[in-house]
Order: sequence, then C-alpha cells, then structure tokens
Amino acid sequence: MKPANFDYFAPTSLVEALALLEQHGDEAKILAGGQSLMPLMNMRLARPKVVIDINRLSELACISPGPDGGLAMGALTRQRVVERSGLVYERVPLLAAAMPSIGHFQIRNRGTVGGSIVHADPAAELPALSLALDGEFVLVSARSQRTIKAEDFFVTYLTTAIEPVEVLTEIRIPTWGMEWGWGFQEVCRREGDFALVGAVALLKLDGDQVCESARIVIFGVGGRPVRVQGAEELLMGRRVDGRALEEAARVVSNSLEPHSDIHASAQYRKEVGGVLARRALEEALRREKRLP
Amino acid sequence: MRAKRTIKLTVNGRHYERSVEVRKTLADFLRDDLDLTGTHLGCEHGVCGACTILVNGDAVRSCLMLAVQADGASLMTVEDLAQGEELHPLQRAFQENHALQCGFCTPGFLMTAYAFLKEVQAPTVEQVREAISGNICRCTGYSPIVQAILDASRG
Repeated sequence: MKPANFDYFAPTSLVEALALLEQHGDEAKILAGGQSLMPLMNMRLARPKVVIDINRLSELACISPGPDGGLAMGALTRQRVVERSGLVYERVPLLAAAMPSIGHFQIRNRGTVGGSIVHADPAAELPALSLALDGEFVLVSARSQRTIKAEDFFVTYLTTAIEPVEVLTEIRIPTWGMEWGWGFQEVCRREGDFALVGAVALLKLDGDQVCESARIVIFGVGGRPVRVQGAEELLMGRRVDGRALEEAARVVSNSLEPHSDIHASAQYRKEVGGVLARRALEEALRREKRLP
Repeated sequence: MRAKRTIKLTVNGRHYERSVEVRKTLADFLRDDLDLTGTHLGCEHGVCGACTILVNGDAVRSCLMLAVQADGASLMTVEDLAQGEELHPLQRAFQENHALQCGFCTPGFLMTAYAFLKEVQAPTVEQVREAISGNICRCTGYSPIVQAILDASRG
C-alpha cells in the first residue's frame, strides 16, 4: 500500500505547470487535493511516472463573482472553503447546501472542487451539481484555452473530455435567482460516503404553480450523472401537484439504466432514483413557495 | 532510482529537516522517519480516519498526503495532546467513558474531535456524530466515543 516511484514536480506558476504537462503528457498526473488520486496511487491502481503537484498555484484557489453574476471558482479551491463561502451561499445556495454531503470534513479540508470534477466519479456530488447548475469549465493547456459545458464534459466512469495536456483551471456557475426552488437528495450507507443514488432538482413556477422550467439530474446510476429531460418536459407547462411529481418520478425511474455492484442492485438504484427525484422536486417546491 | 527531496517542517512545535523519498506518504514519514508512531495507519486509502492529524490547523488524512507536500507546514499529531503525564481533557474523557478497547482507531478519533471542538464549542449529539462519521471503530461502538466528546466539550 505504498505509491510506486515517480518523479515529482511542484510548480509555482500555471505556466510552469502547463509546460511540465506538455512535456510529460499522459505519463503525468496532476495532484491537487489528492483525495481521489492518492488512494489510487497507494493501491497502485494508478502508477504515474510523473506527479505534478499544483498545490502551490494559489492563483487557482479563490472564489470570485462570475462575469454574469454567478460564480467563478478556481479549480484548486478546497471543498471546505466553498462550503463556508458567503458568496456561494448568496449566489448558488444549492451548491452551499450540498457541499457537506461530499466526503467527511477531513476530506473536504484537502479535496478540491476541480479535483472532484476531473476525477469524475459517477457517484460524486460535484459532477452532478455542476451538470444540474449548467456549469462550465475552463480547460487550459500550454497552447490553448477552451470552455466546455458540464453536459459535454463527463463521458463515462472516471473519464472526461479533458486532454492529457490540459488543466482544469476554473469552474463557472451561472446565477440561479431567488425564483428558483432547489432540492438535493442522496442515499448512502454512512454520512459522507459516496452516494448509492442521488438527485438534484431545480424548479421555477409561475404565480399559478405552473412549471416554467425544471432541471433534474440523477447520479450514481451509470457512468456519469444524467439529466432526465423526459421528466423535465413532463413538468413544463403543468401545474406542479402531487400527481405531476409522481408521474415525473416514474419517468425518471423508467429512464435510468443503472448497473448492479456490491453496494446496490440495478433494480434498487432504478427505484430509489425515482423516489429521490420526487423528494428533490418536493424540496424544490417547498423552497419555491418559501415554505420552511 | 528513487527521487528524494529535502523538506523542513514543524511537528508538535519541533522543527525537523529531513530528506524524503517523494513517494512516501506523510503518515509513513511521521512513523518511520520521525518515530511518531502514535499516528496509526488502517486502510491507507482515506476511509478509516485512523491517520488523522492536523496540518496547519486543519484535520486531514495523513495517508492521503505526500511527505513532500508538508514542506513548510506546521503539524500536530496525537503525541502533542497530553502535557507530560497530564492527559488532555479529550483523552481523559475517552478513558472515563471507555471510548476505546483496542485503541487502534483512537488517535484518529482524538485528532478529529480536537479539530472539531476547536470550531464547535457546544456541539449537539448530531453534530458530534457527523464530525466522527469519517472515522471507523471496529470494537467499542460509537456511543461511548460520542459521549466522551460531549463530556470533553462541557469541560
């Protein structure tokens, strides 16, 4: 249970880090908070020849207001910092409320926002949240810079659209105004563990309880978090009552194609996915109505 | 060929300068190089919490950090809790509540609780349970541990 030997670099600027990555390509791994990479290295499931430790790039460790009023989070921002940020609480309360569900506080003290997103565990919260919140990611290499939407970023298990020479530098989340209700639900064996299944819902109603817009994302049910547009469309233009929610939950459950593993069966995940979608929507509805 | 680096750090108020293999975890460095064997290693992949220490005041898993990453940092391990023969109030509360049997997980619980109580002075039972949710004990059961932390918080 010790990492295999590797060469270690701790660049002090992004330019230096990108040059190293350009030089070593897919033989190198970026080490940020280490809460996903270090276990893999300890168990030798990952044996990078080169480790590029970006923890000294303090330029990537801040949260600022986004250009459009949302949030711009440096990829190296610790999850614990996001959890406690007044700016996050004010601008994207769903994100602030969901942060404590990520790992345990000792994990969040080290774990970074960018690290969790790039690691892309399908049961992790941040990929699902960034997808539900319509986030986008800034990917930088020595030669180029591009911005990619969360919905185009996650490919499958631990696999994203990032190139071996690219570093995720920033996560941008647009503003979700007060008119949006939101809900976050997950089921796990132990507080702080990876979710067996989780659901994120965002809901916007008009004065007559008619749904103007909805977003529903389920995670832990396949290779990547999934947006269930069928259920979103079912709600759109409809009065959101118990029956509508029940129907939406059924659409969610039917649309999922989860797998079985030692933690839960596919059938369980399918069932729970629908139930959690309903609960997340109910939670969103309560918030939308400003109920406690 | 094994890559090495020289690091300088403070552990429990004492300064150290050591040459370490870059692949060595911080937990192994504390135990093997500094003989601070109070920090225990259970799972070595961040699940059990036995290796919890404080790095610059924050509770972290020392099995998920490389020793080289602690260059310039200030660390606190379980060895720094007691003052000589005088147990820390948390340690006394653990003893009084029988919050340990084999004791393997105890250093991690103590350091987790220490960090937690620095932030939350008068915690509820629920808060204590959540705080220790990242630490695994396989023999005592958690009730005495929760009670010990509550007792310690009440002084």
